[in-house]
Parts: sequence; C-alpha cells; structure tokens
Amino acid sequence: MPHDHHDHDHPHALLPPDPALRVRALETLLSRKGLVDPAALDEIIDTYQNRIGPRNGAQVVARAWSDPAFRAALLDDATAVVADLGFFGRQGEHIVAVENTPNRHNMVVCTLCSCYPWPLLGIPPGWYKSDAYRSRAVREPRKVLAEFGVSLPAETSVRVWDSTAEVRYLVIPMRPEGTEGMDEAALADLVTRDSMIGTGLAREPGQ
Amino acid sequence: MSRVHDMGGRFGDGPVSPEPQGIPQLGQEWQQRALALTLATGALGQWNIDMSRRAREGLAPADYARFTYFEKWIAGLADLLVETGVLSREDLRGDGGEGDESPHTLAARVLKAADVAGVLARGSAADRPSGPAQAFVPGQAVRTRHPADSQLVEGGHTRLPGYAAGALGYVLRCHGTHVLPDSNAHGLGEAPEPLYAVRFKATELWAQTEHPGDEVILDLWQSYLEPA
Repeated sequence: MPHDHHDHDHPHALLPPDPALRVRALETLLSRKGLVDPAALDEIIDTYQNRIGPRNGAQVVARAWSDPAFRAALLDDATAVVADLGFFGRQGEHIVAVENTPNRHNMVVCTLCSCYPWPLLGIPPGWYKSDAYRSRAVREPRKVLAEFGVSLPAETSVRVWDSTAEVRYLVIPMRPEGTEGMDEAALADLVTRDSMIGTGLAREPGQ
Repeated sequence: MSRVHDMGGRFGDGPVSPEPQGIPQLGQEWQQRALALTLATGALGQWNIDMSRRAREGLAPADYARFTYFEKWIAGLADLLVETGVLSREDLRGDGGEGDESPHTLAARVLKAADVAGVLARGSAADRPSGPAQAFVPGQAVRTRHPADSQLVEGGHTRLPGYAAGALGYVLRCHGTHVLPDSNAHGLGEAPEPLYAVRFKATELWAQTEHPGDEVILDLWQSYLEPA
C-alpha cells in the first residue's frame, strides 16, 4: 500500500509564521505570477460577507411551512427545489432537507472538517467550526443544545447528521405556535440560522 | 490510527460558544483574504476538494491543534500549491526574485472578478452517472469497516470517522453514486461508488448516552460497509 508521503513535507513552514503576514505573502506571490486577481478576491469576500447568508434558507423554510406541495417536494428532492429558487452552487451541490417534528429533532455537524450548506446559509459561524462543537455534537447533542438555550422534551429523540460526504443538510424547524395568519416574509423573519442547523428553534412571534 | 482532525466523540473540548444570528463576520482582513485566496486558487483546476481536505488534515498534529481555522486553510493551501507544482519551495521562501516574472503557465486560468459569481454558482457536483451497482437497500443492516483507516493509502484520507468504525447501522437512503474521497484525495481517480445515509443508534456508538432514542446519521460509501 502506498504511504501518504506528504507527512514529511510541509512547505507552509517556509512562509512567515504570523497569519496576516503569511496570507499577504501568499497573495502577493500569487498576484505577481498572475495566478490570482485581487479584484476577484474582493468579489468573493463581498459575496460571503454581504450577500449570501441564512436569509436564503429562511425563505425555503417559510415556504415549506406555508405550502404543503412545496414542503413535500422539498423533502423529496431538495436540490432541485432550492435550485428553482436560485440557491445552488459551491458547497450546495447536493441538498437534503430534514424536518423537525414533536418526536424528532435534527441537528447537523461535520466532525471531520466543517461542511455546511453555503448557498442556503452562507459561510459557517465560528462555533460550527470549533473543536468543541465538532467533537461533542455527535456524543452529547443535548448538552450542546443546552449551551444554545435549547431543551427538548423526553418524547423528542435527536438525530445528529454528521456530514461526511458532499451532501449538505438543511433542518426545517417546527413552525411556531400562533403564526397561522402570517405570510411567508413574516414567517422567514422567525427562521434563524441556528434553527436551520438544528442548534436552535424558530423564534416565537414577537420574540 | 486516526488523524487529529477526526475528533467526533472526543472528550475535553469544553463548552460551545454561540454567536449572533445572521451572516457570520470574518472579522480580520487576513481571514477574509485566506478564504478568498483558497477559493480563487481552486479555480486554477490543479486539485479537487478532497485534496484540499487532505492537505488540511495532513498538517502536523501540533500545527492542526494550534492553528486557528483559516490558518489551517492557508497552510493547507501553501502545501497544495507546492505539491501540485504551481509554486516552488523557493517561491514560498521568497527566493523567486521580483524581476524575472514571465507569465506563469497557469495565468490564463486566473479567476477574474467578473467570473466569480458564475464559478461559485456552478460549484462542483460529486455525483456521477455510473459506478458499481447499489448493494444495499433502505432498512438493511450494515456494519462499517474496522479499523476506520483508508484502505487505499497508508495514513490516507477517508471519510469514515473513527468513532463509527466497526459499528452496526441501518441504511436510511441511497444518495446515488458519488466520487470516493479516499481515492480522489490522492489523485488515484474518482472511483465513484454508491453513497448511503446510514443510521446508528447512539447506544451503538457511545458508552454513555443521553437518551435511548438518539441517533447519529453518517454518509458512507459502499466500500466502507458490509452486510450485517
């Protein structure tokens, strides 16, 4: 069996140790060689800091709460359904929606790295990428949920999805009580980022 | 034996710190640039996502533990750039000089600002039209291989976490045929295989569990599984 020879060769050590200097050195080098365009870097940053975020996923959830046929289609083939809404691309090539019920709470983690549905939720928050979340979410999800202020009743079992492949999971939180007359836009305001990862619940109206 | 990134189930990491809702802000400029550099250089087409993951998790355990998130990205990127021959060690050392810049052979592939939206929207699908026949059906009992280590490369990349090695589970659904990271991460070809969501009872995985009904679901390739 071949051995992973990269273990003995870590060229990154040739760069300056300070992270800011390290990144600048690499960007300067790559730009000088014509391999990156600084304007493209600005565009990528603007995309993920200002444009793509959890409002996208919240629209999907609000529609699933409002439209039974949409909900059924979403649970059947989320990739196609969210693509129709314009949500597709990098780190969202294959989407599966999983629905919370009184008997089942879903929660998503990536123990091996930090896989996350970027087109629906944007880039992941720091805690999602943290060692503490990655190590503990699979073994003690209820203690982790308690740290987010969430406590589940005894009749609710927890399903933790460890995203080990290129399939990205979107949690459909339960629709809060007292929201019967609300339209999709108002409902979307109740759908937090964390409720679509499964570390939170949707907001109650007026909360 | 596992690598340092394979931390599912590990003890001792302390509490999780929630953050405000909305779009997470990366804060410092270097973190933003590290994210953007990684995505932009990916467009040069010299590696795949499995190789990027392998580069990060192949960092020395001491570096993996002490580096913050985007430090891991930038270190992994520097290693990949040299491994794939895009840059040389002399380049990283700063010995390349600034006067002798003829265009890099890959410069024609540089990601332009106008193309960013298209490249991000296109993504990179992992499913493939054909591969080995599906061997398992939903509801079927399966057991994961033990040990979890790569079967293709000693110490190599795999997506079977150590905590789920040798465990009894039940197929929940088949996702279709997907590129096998164990092979693709080492440039050994895509080797697509059926990919399954497999359900494991928490009681199968952990000595102490919080609730008898709790479960963990993993996405696992066919070659990680045998009938149980």
